[in-house]
Amino acid sequence: MITELGHFALLLALMTSIIQATLPLYGAHRQDRALMQLASVCGVASFLLVGLAFASLIYAFVMDDFSVKLVVTSSEIAKPLIYKITGVWANHEGSMLLWVLILVIFAAAIALFGINLPAPLKARVLAVQGMIATAFIAFLVFTSNPFERLAIVPPDGNGMNPLLQDPGLAAHPPCLYLGYVGFSVAFSFAVAALIEGKVDATWARWVRPWVLIAWCFLTMGITLGSFWAYYILGWGGWWFWDPVENVSFMPWLAGTALLHSALVVERRHALVSWTILLAILTFSLSLIGTFVVRSGVLTSVHSFATDPTRGTFILMIIMVATGGALLLYALRIPTVRQGAPFAVISRESSLLLNNVLLVVAAATVFIGTFYPLLIDLIGKDKISIGAPYYNRTFIPLFIPVLIAMVIGPFLKWKRDDLGPALKKLKSPLAIAVIIAFVVAAFSLGNKILTASAIGLSAWIVLGSFWVLAKRIKLGTVATAQSFAILRSTPRAYFGLLFAHVGLGLVVGAIATVTTWQEENILAMKPGDQTSISTYGVKLTKIEQVPGPNYNAERGTFELSSAGKTFTVLTAERRFYPLQQSLSNQTGIRTNLISNIYIAMGEADQSGAWTVRIYYHPLAPWLWIGGFIMAFGGFVSLSDRRFRVGAHA
Amino acid sequence: MKRFVIFIFLMIMQSPSYAVLPTEILKNPELEARARSISQTLRCLVCQNQSIDDSDASLAKDLRVIVRERLTAGDSDDQVFNYVVARYGNFVLLQPPVQSDTLILWAAPFVLLLLALGLAIKYLRKQPPLEGQT
Repeated sequence: MITELGHFALLLALMTSIIQATLPLYGAHRQDRALMQLASVCGVASFLLVGLAFASLIYAFVMDDFSVKLVVTSSEIAKPLIYKITGVWANHEGSMLLWVLILVIFAAAIALFGINLPAPLKARVLAVQGMIATAFIAFLVFTSNPFERLAIVPPDGNGMNPLLQDPGLAAHPPCLYLGYVGFSVAFSFAVAALIEGKVDATWARWVRPWVLIAWCFLTMGITLGSFWAYYILGWGGWWFWDPVENVSFMPWLAGTALLHSALVVERRHALVSWTILLAILTFSLSLIGTFVVRSGVLTSVHSFATDPTRGTFILMIIMVATGGALLLYALRIPTVRQGAPFAVISRESSLLLNNVLLVVAAATVFIGTFYPLLIDLIGKDKISIGAPYYNRTFIPLFIPVLIAMVIGPFLKWKRDDLGPALKKLKSPLAIAVIIAFVVAAFSLGNKILTASAIGLSAWIVLGSFWVLAKRIKLGTVATAQSFAILRSTPRAYFGLLFAHVGLGLVVGAIATVTTWQEENILAMKPGDQTSISTYGVKLTKIEQVPGPNYNAERGTFELSSAGKTFTVLTAERRFYPLQQSLSNQTGIRTNLISNIYIAMGEADQSGAWTVRIYYHPLAPWLWIGGFIMAFGGFVSLSDRRFRVGAHA
Repeated sequence: MKRFVIFIFLMIMQSPSYAVLPTEILKNPELEARARSISQTLRCLVCQNQSIDDSDASLAKDLRVIVRERLTAGDSDDQVFNYVVARYGNFVLLQPPVQSDTLILWAAPFVLLLLALGLAIKYLRKQPPLEGQT
C-alpha cells in the first residue's frame, strides 16, 4: 500500500514537473504573474511528492518488504538497519530516485529562497529545472521503476554488495549527487539567461552560490570516494584513474573553472558568454557522469546495471539537454552584452588562464576516458589508458595551475603589473625554494621531482596565507590594527585561503605518499613478528568472528615502537554467505602524519596468512586537504554578499 | 530470473583485490623492484582498469609470474613488454603506445592547450581598449 503511494506520488511528480517545465515559460513570455508563480508552486509540489516517494521506498527497505523487486535484489533481513537505509541508493533505481530527489530539492530551494529574483528569470530558471526533472522522472517511471512489485514474494532478499555495506559509501553517493545535480542550477540559470538575452550582475550574484554549493559537495563526494577505495580495496591505493572516478573528476575540473569565471562576471561583468558556455558544459559533464555510471558503458565496479535501454534513454537526455542548450547559445549569445575590458596582466586574466588550463585538463581526462571506446568502435585494436597516460598529460597541464593560483589573488582587477605582484610574494617563493632544495639534498638528489612537488605545495600553502597576511598588513602596522582589518575581512577571503591551502596540502601529500610509502607483504602465523618503517608489527592471534550477515576472520596485530607496544590493530576478511563474496576491513592506524595500514589475505596450506602491511606517510592529508577545500567553499558561501536578501 | 543470475554473477566477481602474494616475490630485490614497476603499467585483462600489481585475479597472478620469469631469464624491461604485448595485444598496456591510431590521444592535450591559449589571446586582443591606456 505504501509502495503504491510512493509510486503514485512519483507519477504525480511527473505531472507537476511537466507543468513546471511549460506554463511558466509561456507566463514569462506574456508577463503573466499567475503563470510565472505556478513555477514555484510546482517546484515545491514536486519536491514534496518525490520526497514522499523516496520515504516510501526507504520504508519498504526498512520493513523488508520482499514483494518489492528492488528490495529483493538489493537487501536482506539480516542486514544492519543503517545499510537497509543506505541500500536504497546502493542500486540503480534507488540511486536515480535519489538523483531526482536532490534535483527537486534544488528547485524547491530556488522557489522558496529566490524571493528577490526577478519574476521572469525565476520562472524561466524553474521551468528549465522542470524540464530536467521531467526527463529524469520519466526515465525512472519508464525504464527503472523502483516500485516494481513481484508476483511471488521470496522469503528473503539477495543481499547487497558487501563492498557497499560501509559508512563511507553511505555518504559518498548523496554528496556526489549534490555536486552533479547542483550544477543543474547553473545550467538552468544559463539557459534562462539565454532565453532572456541578458546577463546582469544580479544574474552572476545568483548563480555563484549555487555553483559553490555544488562544488563543495562534489569535492567532498570525490574525497569520500577516494577514502572509501583506500580502506576497503585492501592495497592502499587512493586514486586509480578509473573511468568512474574520471567522470566525477571532469565536472569537478569544469566546475572549479566555472566557480572562478563566475567570479569575474560577478565582480567585473567580463567573460559573460564564456561563463554561460561553461555552465552548460559543466552540467553536461555531470550528465555524462550519470550516464557512464548508470549505463555501464565503460565497465567498472560501479556499474550495477547493464541494461542498454537505460543507457540509450540517458544518452538522449544528454543530447537534448546539451544540444538544445548549445543551439540556444549559438542563437542568442550575440544579444548578450559583451563584458568590460581588462588588461593582459590583471586578476581577470589570471582567472582566464585558470579557466583555459582547467578546461583543457578536463578535456584531457575526457579523452583519456573515452578514447578506448572510440578505438574499440573502429574495431582494429583494443587499448587501455591508465595512470601512466595521465601522469604524462594531466600533471604537466595542472602544474601551471598550481603555480598561477598563488599569483592570481595578488593581481588587481582590470589592470596590474606582474613585477610588483611577484615582489610581494618574495618570501613565500624563497621559503618554497629552500624547502625544495632541502628535500632534494636530503634525498641526495634522487628525488628531484618529489622535491619540486613539495616546494610547489609549500608555495601554495604559504602563498595563500600570504594573501591574508598582506591584506591585514601584518608586520607593517600595529598588531591591533591588523587584527581590526582581520575582523572586517570578508569571509570570501578566508574561503579562498582554505580552498587553496587545502589543494596545496593534497599536492604535498600526493608527492610524499607516492615517494616514501613502504610495503611489507608476507605470510605470517600467529606469534610472528615483522616491521614496517620504524615500527614493529606482531600478529598475536587470528580468530573467527561472526557478524550480523557475514563471518569474519579477524587478525589482531600489535604495533610497537622501539620495543614498546603502543596500539593494537585488527584487520578482517569478511565472508558474506548470501552473496558468496568477500570484503575487506583493513586496520588503519593514523597519527595524522602517517598511516599504518594492514590488510588480511588468504591462508595457505601451512596455516600462514598473507598479510599486507603498508606505511603511508602524509596519506591522511590527501583527504583532510580535500575536506579543507570543501570547507573553504562553505566559508565563502557564508559571505555576506550571498545571504538571502542582501544587496551588494 | 536472468537478471538475478547476472546480478549474483556480478556480486561474485566483485571480491576484494589483493596485490602481489608473498610466494611470488623474487629473492633479488633489484629484479623484484623492476617487476613491480613493470606490473604497475600492465593491465589485468579481466579487471576494470586495474594493474596486475593491484589485482588478485588469477590471470593477473599468471601475468605477474610471467613477468618475473622473463626478468629472471635475463630479459630487459622492453623485452618483457614486447613478450607480453605479443601475447595479449596493446590492451594489456596501461600506457597506450604512440602509433597511428593513438596520435590524437597523445597530441590532443597539448594541441587543445595551444588552441585554448590562442582563443584566450584572441579574446584579449578583441576587447575594446581600456580607458587611459596608452
